[in-house]
Amino acid sequence: MHPFLMKSAREMRDAIWQREISAVELTEATLTHVAAVEPEIGSYISVLDEHARTAAAKLDARVAAGEKPLLAGIPTSVKDNMCLTGTRTTCGSKILEHWVAPYTATAVERCIDAGAIPIGKSNMDEFAMGSSCENSALMVTRNPYDVSRVPGGSSGGSAAAVAAYEAALGFGSDTGGSIREPAAFCNLVGFKPTYGRVSRYGLIAFASSLDQIGPLTRTVEDAALMYDAIGGHDARDATSVNVPFETTADHLRTDLRGVRIGIVKEFATDGLGAEINGVYAKAYQDLAALGAELVDVTLPTAEYGLATYYLIAPAECSSNLARFDGVRYGLRVDGGNIGEMYERTRAQGFGPEVKRRILIGTYALSSGYYDAYYVRAQKARTLISQDFARAFASCDLIACPAASSPAFGFAAKSDPYSMYLMDYYTIPMSLAGLPALSVPCGWVQPDGASQPMPMGLQLCAPLFAERPLLGAAHAYEQATHHARLRTPGLGVSA
Amino acid sequence: MSSPKIDVAYVAKLARIALTDEEITRFGSQLGDLLEHVAALEKLDVSAIAATAQVVESRNVDRPDIVGESLKRDVVLSMAPSKQGAFFRVPQIIGES
Repeated sequence: MHPFLMKSAREMRDAIWQREISAVELTEATLTHVAAVEPEIGSYISVLDEHARTAAAKLDARVAAGEKPLLAGIPTSVKDNMCLTGTRTTCGSKILEHWVAPYTATAVERCIDAGAIPIGKSNMDEFAMGSSCENSALMVTRNPYDVSRVPGGSSGGSAAAVAAYEAALGFGSDTGGSIREPAAFCNLVGFKPTYGRVSRYGLIAFASSLDQIGPLTRTVEDAALMYDAIGGHDARDATSVNVPFETTADHLRTDLRGVRIGIVKEFATDGLGAEINGVYAKAYQDLAALGAELVDVTLPTAEYGLATYYLIAPAECSSNLARFDGVRYGLRVDGGNIGEMYERTRAQGFGPEVKRRILIGTYALSSGYYDAYYVRAQKARTLISQDFARAFASCDLIACPAASSPAFGFAAKSDPYSMYLMDYYTIPMSLAGLPALSVPCGWVQPDGASQPMPMGLQLCAPLFAERPLLGAAHAYEQATHHARLRTPGLGVSA
Repeated sequence: MSSPKIDVAYVAKLARIALTDEEITRFGSQLGDLLEHVAALEKLDVSAIAATAQVVESRNVDRPDIVGESLKRDVVLSMAPSKQGAFFRVPQIIGES
């Protein structure tokens, strides 16, 4: 493996600016490495060899002309629910297996305009529904830190790609934890910005009031750089917020003096086992040692997050996925009449988890149940948001686990509800629309794992407070450097 | 909100998904379990609470009523499972009962 591939995105960018390496060289090195590790890891549904080479040559010309693009030459993984003109965009589903996007998502376009090189379209749970990537209808992705374990999901392909040095920036999308949980599982930083901060134009919709695009990276600084490139108002997404955008990469901190960090009573970790409890106790101590004032806060309705989410998200998905009917694009399975054609197309095109969520959503929205389920869940959502608002009256950030366990083995969560529980700590922030991230915070040794597996600390901020959030995460990362302790097995060596 | 057992076959009809008998049984039991979990929401007093559809300020967004560039017809139709001339082709609808 080329030694540059283990550098952070910012270091790669600087090396390209200084002409130590060209984007073409870095891209070729990445593609060679991808070809070597893909049989073992399986991050990408499509590798974009030609696309990447063309983009790299263009970027080198820009640098030669004196430009210094923010993300110059950085190999980037694009989750396969984001459109990129001329590339297959499958959503991990049979129903879109052969669909080629006729346009490019705003966030992807901004990233490429900033100089990033798209290396591949990454695997994901079908339509972003899942927490392990096992719901992909197209392929298996393995955790680079232990290939007998899942990479997390739904953005597991991008997480595995960045962890295995197949990219330095990864696009994820987070509806209930789909960036933060795979980041925790793969020793990465995973950042979900405030709802509406990053345009959803060109992101294939799952649950429109929750979906948000964000970065998966190996460092906080890289996440900040990518966010600075992709964030901000977009007239093509009506839910994109038109408030002044604050850059973050130039406001990273190295201490936490004057920062009040809330520790949530309801998210006590003593039930997670002594080893995991120890990791979080140490993480909170480290925050305090950096100068933060730890304060106790309470989120009494957070425990209702899962129930609320599993009505709202399926309801929105049942509506959004109605467009997949075999008429205009994607799979069609013929039937005797148009009704049978719809029913057979959707029966063969969707996998079991997608069907379950469409069914529960259809039920929750159906006549006689709408008020009892959907509207009640929307009211519970209000209570959860109010809880966070009250908590943020006495603290600037909230700290808690990103997931209750490290990466688990394949088929370990065959009961759907046990998989849903993986998002217990991330769903409340999604329902409240808050910016939140996961940053590596330590290692635990699960039974049967070939080596210790990473855990993630979740930090969460008030709406639009991305700058203090990333600033604090950077201070914690720089003081602890848990991520650097181990590299993936994979024959990848430092 | 205490639920009757979910009629999966009926809901699948509404959702336009053909299910096998095995799927009806399996999904019925899995969705029944989920409904028991979401029944926890009955414990919350939401009588005086407004519903949240969207967390961040939401308003109608207008643009000038001017024809702009759109996707090319041949590009869009190239992705269609079946087409005829400039149209998407579907099974016969008119004349169906």
